[in-house]
Amino acid sequence: MRFAVLVEVALRPGIADPQGATIERSLPALGFDHVSGVRTGKAIRFSIDADGEASARDQVDELCRRFLTNPVIEDARVTLAEEAVPR
Amino acid sequence: MTRVGVVLFPGSNCEHDVVEAVRALGGDADLIWHGATDVGPVDAVVLPGGFAHGDYLRPGAIARFSPIMAAIEAFAADGGPVIGICNGFQILTEARLLPGALQKNRGLTFLCMPVELQVCSTRSVLTADLTLGQRLMIPINHFEGNYTCDGETLSMLKDDDRIVLRYVDNPNGSVDGIAGICNAEGNVVGLMPHPERASDLLLGSADGASLVRSLLSAAGGPRPSTAADGMGIRATPAETALTARA
Repeated sequence: MRFAVLVEVALRPGIADPQGATIERSLPALGFDHVSGVRTGKAIRFSIDADGEASARDQVDELCRRFLTNPVIEDARVTLAEEAVPR
Repeated sequence: MTRVGVVLFPGSNCEHDVVEAVRALGGDADLIWHGATDVGPVDAVVLPGGFAHGDYLRPGAIARFSPIMAAIEAFAADGGPVIGICNGFQILTEARLLPGALQKNRGLTFLCMPVELQVCSTRSVLTADLTLGQRLMIPINHFEGNYTCDGETLSMLKDDDRIVLRYVDNPNGSVDGIAGICNAEGNVVGLMPHPERASDLLLGSADGASLVRSLLSAAGGPRPSTAADGMGIRATPAETALTARA
């Protein structure tokens, strides 16, 4: 089985996010006065082959822990969807 | 003559400054390509500043899987002095050779300026020849230099005398004003300031030379006894292959 994976990497609460802060500060100049709490992050997409969804999720969680995130400052949210394998 | 190996990653940019500083102080220094699997006959290793592997993903995240890192972990575990300066410090935290992480500066800006530092521990190879409380003027040059760690780690760093340098006037929001830390044995040190850029009065300050001199004298002497503390996570062969072609 093949799964389409979306990993959203976000800075943990309390970790400085200069991009988010700068975007938020610039919004009033464009007339958007009611936006708050802007936080930026990364979206990483890939496909993974696995026996089932649980196995795919285990592999992706391990990948996130060891490489895609630094657990000291970042969290990851993983979304999986089965996709067709071309024959 | 004490030999220092300075690791060159794709994107390093302070390696020649470190080589010059070491040679000016009477040591010998050579570059080590990150794709090497052996540090060679060196007495100390320096991971210099720059943007290893473009800082892609996170500073140090890809560099920690460079082939040379397994040899550096073994060198460090054997008591060999390993210094990470700026991007090198970020690599050492990503490699789990030092705890914590470097997040973006509190003031939201890249900082490039001389800062005053205070020597807070003399048990590291980088500060063994200095005096506790001694003040040094050394430049910083970073965006991700704001040291952070959980409360438990901070207590451990304090209790075990592992905070090597603190900023006198905290420029980047680092927890407890931390500018540099060391491992339990004192032979692995990471710091954000650049001693090599303050190694001659022509550069505005020669205070960094005392740190480099301390490293050279420690590297030439006996090594501390070490015990594996379980912090190191080795790259698997597949992970090493990830960066071997770069």
